[in-house]
Amino acid sequence: MRSFFISLQSEFYKSRKTLAFWAAIIVPVVICGLIAFGYFTSSEKILKYNYSGMMLWFQYSSAALGVMGMLILPFYVIFMAFSVNNIEHKNDTWKTLFSQPLNKFSIYAAKYVYALILLLVCTFLFAFLTYSSGYLLQALVPKYTFQDYNPAIILSKFYTKLLLASLGILSIQFVLSLIWSDFLKPMGIGFIGIIAGIITANVGWKHAYLIPYSNPTLALRMTSASKKAKPEELPIFTQEVWVSLICAVLLFIVGYFILLKRNIK
Amino acid sequence: MSVFAIETVGLNHHFGSQTVVKDLSLQVPKGSIYGFLGPNGAGKTTTIKILLNLLQSPSDTVFIFGKEITNHRTACLRQMGSLVEQPAIYAHLTGKENLINRCILLGITKNKATEMLALVGLTDAANKKAGKYSLGMKQRLGIALALIADPELLLLDEPTNGLDPNGIIEIRNLMIELTSKHGKTILVSSHLLAEIERTATHVGIINKGELLFQGTINELHDLSKPSIKIEVDDYAAATNILSGNGAEVINEKEGTIHIAYTGKADMGNYNSLLVKNGVTVYSIGTEKKDLEHLFLDITSKN
Repeated sequence: MRSFFISLQSEFYKSRKTLAFWAAIIVPVVICGLIAFGYFTSSEKILKYNYSGMMLWFQYSSAALGVMGMLILPFYVIFMAFSVNNIEHKNDTWKTLFSQPLNKFSIYAAKYVYALILLLVCTFLFAFLTYSSGYLLQALVPKYTFQDYNPAIILSKFYTKLLLASLGILSIQFVLSLIWSDFLKPMGIGFIGIIAGIITANVGWKHAYLIPYSNPTLALRMTSASKKAKPEELPIFTQEVWVSLICAVLLFIVGYFILLKRNIK
Repeated sequence: MSVFAIETVGLNHHFGSQTVVKDLSLQVPKGSIYGFLGPNGAGKTTTIKILLNLLQSPSDTVFIFGKEITNHRTACLRQMGSLVEQPAIYAHLTGKENLINRCILLGITKNKATEMLALVGLTDAANKKAGKYSLGMKQRLGIALALIADPELLLLDEPTNGLDPNGIIEIRNLMIELTSKHGKTILVSSHLLAEIERTATHVGIINKGELLFQGTINELHDLSKPSIKIEVDDYAAATNILSGNGAEVINEKEGTIHIAYTGKADMGNYNSLLVKNGVTVYSIGTEKKDLEHLFLDITSKN
């Protein structure tokens, strides 16, 4: 356990100056900032629709969620899984990492958990910034109806679901980046996967949920459909979330065995 | 407890169908500086990687301080510090941050980083990005990283690569100090015998994955016994005369014969013997192979 925590601490220490780390903070800040800015500057246009509190929150949060679930989160996951492993490929440091008196599983698990933490930070910031910027807009434009509805539960459910639905992609990309040192292979496969995921999800193929890359899109689509019913009762563990979780666990284990049997060149 | 810091027993390693290490039985005594020599591509780095368990080895072939490495991986690694090939450092971190990161991984105090920077003469470059270091500076940082845990056994793969003469001398002195004052054991690989000769107490010579010589530096010196080189007009007759009179003929090439040196008096006797038997002696004298030639001789055997 000690091995795991010091490996995790080291992961943080060495990547705190890298883009993957800062992207987890900058991406949500920039996207939520831009949306809030848009809602602030075009408030008159939006106010004409006379949205109820809940509808306004729905419109406002889906601006971030839509772009986030479809593209940004999957791409960030690909980039981050690559970056966490590439820091060792690029500097040829796998050999030093694995010649430290730490068990191999701790080193591997710490890398994976670090990637998971970055993803968690990113989604948490999206949820938090959407929530807080809504109230900030309310303060700046008092005519808005954000105060009429508290979106805390529904927002946290949306983002939890999105996070869980992207874990499958994280595990696949993590293993691919562990095996290959170049950017193009994991990136290329990830890119094709995401496109295939979006297409299969949008054409409504009944087995689309089996493709991990389509899980975030599906998770969001289901939520927007069920939102019309009772938003707070949104189910988190739907079939695409289960597929994502099973895929994540399986590939995490597979990745470890690949690493265990591999010679460090 | 084993007397050896490193012991390998009939170690083999293959890359695909190519055998890179063949029946290798290294014995590195505790407290020694073991010069691990061989030309480029001889299998030195591969062996070091096996010793660090980076490359898989069968069980019961590699022992570190008597402990079998595949079953006691972390316990073995805890006693080892290493520098393998070019130093592996994080280019986006400063020299000091690289050392602090290692302190975190080893669970030791971060003050060690400053101490190590001073030891390898990088204090002034402590806050410079390691990616911007010169080759020599990277090498120094690599050595600092290997030493930071104060390990009992150091594996240094060509540590003086890229260092200036001053740096080479510093590393050499550091190695001597570590073994003589602190009782550490060092395995240092090189393709240059001259570089090892001055510091090593023991030598292992490897080529094409096979260990061709292993012993103390004195045993290596003993291999290069002087010989008598005689230039004559009729080398076939001379060889007959000399071997008939008890001289040990080492080799004969057209016009010159090498025989074992047994003393000045014998050398005079051989000379007169040849002249008396009608062989013209153009020159006669002793010859001693330097270690460099000896090394070349040994490595050209297989």
